[in-house]
Amino acid sequence: MKFGVIIFPGSNCDHDMVYVLRDKLNQEVVELWHKDTDLQSVDAIMLPGGFSYGDYLRSGAIARYSPIMESVIEFANNGGFVFGVCNGFQVLCETGLLPGALLHNNDQKFICKNQHIIAEQKHSALTEYVPNGKILTIPIAHGEGRYYAPKDVLADMMQNHQIIFRYTNEDGDLSEDGNPNGSSMNIAGVCNLTGNVFGMMPHPERAADEDLGNTDGLMILHSIIHHLESKKA
Amino acid sequence: MKYPEVNIKTAKELGINEEEFELIQKYMGRMPNFTELSIYSVMWSEHASYKNSIKWLKTLPRDGGVLLTGAGEENAGLVDIGNNLACAFKIESHNHPCAVEPYQGAATGVGGINRDIFTMGARPIAQLNSLRFGAIDRDHTKWIAKGVVKGIGDYGNAFGVPVLGGEVFFDESYNSNPLVNAMSVGIMEKGKMVSAIAEGAGNPVFIVGSSTGKDGIHGATFASADITEDSANDIPSIQVGDPFQEKLLLEATLELIETGVVVGMQDMGAAGIICSTSEMSEKGNAGMRINLDKVPLRQKNMEAWEILLSESQERMLVVVEKGKEADAQKVFDKWDIHCVQIGEVIDEDKLYFHYKGEEIAQVPASTLVLGGGAPIYEREYTEPAYYAESKKFKIEDVPQPENLKEIVDFLITHPNLASKNWVSEQYDTMVRTNNMTTNMAADAGLVNIKNTNTALALTVDCNSRYVKADPKIGTMIAVTEAARNVACTGAKPVAITNCLNFGSPYNPEAFWQFVGAIEGMGEACRKFDTPVTGGNVSFYNQTTINGKTEPVFPTPTIGMLGILEDKSRKTGLSFKKKGDVIMLLGRSKNDINSSEYLYSYHKIKNTPPPFFDIDFELQLNKMLQLLAKVKLVESMHDISDGGLYLNLLESCLENELGFDITSDAEVREDAFLFGEAQGRAVVSVDMDAEQEFIDLMIKFNFPFSVLGHVTKGELRVDDISYGFVRDAKNKFMQALQNKMEA
Ligand SMILES: [Mg+2]
Repeated sequence: MKFGVIIFPGSNCDHDMVYVLRDKLNQEVVELWHKDTDLQSVDAIMLPGGFSYGDYLRSGAIARYSPIMESVIEFANNGGFVFGVCNGFQVLCETGLLPGALLHNNDQKFICKNQHIIAEQKHSALTEYVPNGKILTIPIAHGEGRYYAPKDVLADMMQNHQIIFRYTNEDGDLSEDGNPNGSSMNIAGVCNLTGNVFGMMPHPERAADEDLGNTDGLMILHSIIHHLESKKA
Repeated sequence: MKYPEVNIKTAKELGINEEEFELIQKYMGRMPNFTELSIYSVMWSEHASYKNSIKWLKTLPRDGGVLLTGAGEENAGLVDIGNNLACAFKIESHNHPCAVEPYQGAATGVGGINRDIFTMGARPIAQLNSLRFGAIDRDHTKWIAKGVVKGIGDYGNAFGVPVLGGEVFFDESYNSNPLVNAMSVGIMEKGKMVSAIAEGAGNPVFIVGSSTGKDGIHGATFASADITEDSANDIPSIQVGDPFQEKLLLEATLELIETGVVVGMQDMGAAGIICSTSEMSEKGNAGMRINLDKVPLRQKNMEAWEILLSESQERMLVVVEKGKEADAQKVFDKWDIHCVQIGEVIDEDKLYFHYKGEEIAQVPASTLVLGGGAPIYEREYTEPAYYAESKKFKIEDVPQPENLKEIVDFLITHPNLASKNWVSEQYDTMVRTNNMTTNMAADAGLVNIKNTNTALALTVDCNSRYVKADPKIGTMIAVTEAARNVACTGAKPVAITNCLNFGSPYNPEAFWQFVGAIEGMGEACRKFDTPVTGGNVSFYNQTTINGKTEPVFPTPTIGMLGILEDKSRKTGLSFKKKGDVIMLLGRSKNDINSSEYLYSYHKIKNTPPPFFDIDFELQLNKMLQLLAKVKLVESMHDISDGGLYLNLLESCLENELGFDITSDAEVREDAFLFGEAQGRAVVSVDMDAEQEFIDLMIKFNFPFSVLGHVTKGELRVDDISYGFVRDAKNKFMQALQNKMEA
């Protein structure tokens, strides 16, 4: 598959995403510069983590106005696969491609650690290869990761299978002690109504290299490749 | 604006003494003007010139096999790490800014040290930091500690380089003077280093990055009424950091280097434009003609000396090949950052500065810098009275305590020994996906060098209590502990960088500590064949307690680089499974000197350093490396702060296991469990490998003993239960947060 990784000024997980896709998963990868508009016929758009444009206003708030994002929005509206991780998730919420918003963590501190999550949906582009009930360990690293959406929106999202990942404790409970940032309903990742735009705060690309001792993220990335391949077939 | 008249009084107000003032006039062949005097004032400060320390620094081993540059030759040391790669690394202090404004002080410290690395063409891949704060129960300490940690986090997290390790230590000695030492490590292709040099008459000189403001100008130095009356209020003495600009500067700089048009480059740190222009010129036996009107400014009404001395962050000075100006411009346009030609290189040992149509300064570049005309001093030193006093301590002075469990509870929740996760979780430790210790706790940080079989081991270490007790031995221990930490991961120690935090060099007792520390460092580094690649000296660190001003604990922080040639040998500190045999390498000692136990629990504060034998340390170090190589051990963890008990508990946490051990009849139980005698490490061995392990020890005639075995979760010493790992883990993990957020 051909992946396009968007590079905003201030992106800092771009190299990690490219490395995993190219070196670990043997995919074709092009880097798409924020000032460009040509998506180079990619099969999927990946928005990496970082601090786009410095994130001085609100995470992701400025990135949504970049030239490349106009093309990404059009691509998504035509059913193209778009996946945002961390800051990429924030950007997708800012553009309105995904519901809800990401607010300051409830303790107001940046937090980086290994985090347990479980897949809420068995069948989605991100979770097809995640075994049923599997407690994944995927790192988080964010200051603004508290997922928020109004009650009625959350209810609709539940109804429409848009909640993809939720934070848990080490026993897999959706408890408060398993919620690192105070997210509504322990939400860690979501998708849009049509199931082609995804965002999550945890970083699957940080758990995708056997040299680092954790490859849980590969289940998510393999699911994506599988999804794209079956779509193309 | 009218400048003050230049005379000895003005000179003294700028920190220049009579002798130096005469030397300046001799170099110039005339009386300097005020701007020129200001230039000498900052360039001959300790920070830029090392005038009080260089004599001693030169006694350190500063070259060796793996070094690609000698100490002090470039912005950071450069080491050959195989695979056609070179590693640039350096540690630097930002103590005084952090005492005044912890958040910005720490943030700009991180920015500055990273620029030192990427100005050479290396991409930063790891950061470490070594932090020392006052007594933890003081609100002022919490304010400083929270600000420093947030400052390091906010800057480094946005810049996108993981924190791989560090130290956090609390003691009243640092009440009003915290120590904030930041280290950065970068890699580049071997032979691609960009030098901090200006050469080739006619080559254009560019300033790139942020615009220049009045920040960081040492207002206090310029106390003369005429200057500060109008401007004192708008001169922030602390620089303000912008990690987003730094990130853009990093990417643009590395891209510029790829174009091949760069002659030389140096970041702008302390003393700003004047420092970079003079150091680069001196290195190239050249000079520069600079027009300060061209410098992009952030504020109006800046005086020439303010532009020259400004420490505005995120800037670089770049010399480019003549005719290739457009190539440089194109790269910086892409990244939307300033790139402005401000002058050119000339074939003369002179720096000419022009501003508003006038030549405002003209100084010989070489007279400004270390190794050129900057003065070098020998300072007096005398042994302080406490040193002889400390030797009177005997372990028998301390009665053997009845309740060891109470001591265990005290120590595992002590902020100097408990988990530092409250700090480290505020740092991005995983960006760049190279941290091999996220899922395998180890004594040193391990950085994966992608697409090779190599990893780097990194650590920062200094037990400043030991250095206070005996500067020479304490510093030898700092080097040795760093080497032990590196070896416990399986890696080989190869080189160090140092950050020397001491009191005033004009205080003979503080200088005695400095001299002892350098002697100890030199001896230990020669022993381990880990040359000093460079670093930083920070004098004038002192705290006032009960009306008495005293130097902080002398703190020569060691940042060590090790190389793990074969990643499959990587070894962590955590016990792996129930039943594995726990072995002690080295010997238990009847020694509690300078331990956290003696200092904090018994409050006996003036004692000698713990037992130390450097010859044995080298043997131990080699043994640890060998054990990793032959893959005979499940875990390796050296014994350091908090003694054996803390060591064992730390090994239990990751996999939630326990231990059952028997103490040594020859040694007091408090010394056995909490003593900090050096030269020891604990390893765990699979039962099936036990005999092979013992055979190896006997073959090398290496001292070891069997302590016991790993349990499912209970912690037992001499058949007495100290509880279960989950409870101990909760206490250990929560203690620092409870204290910081109390
Ligand atoms: Mg250690």
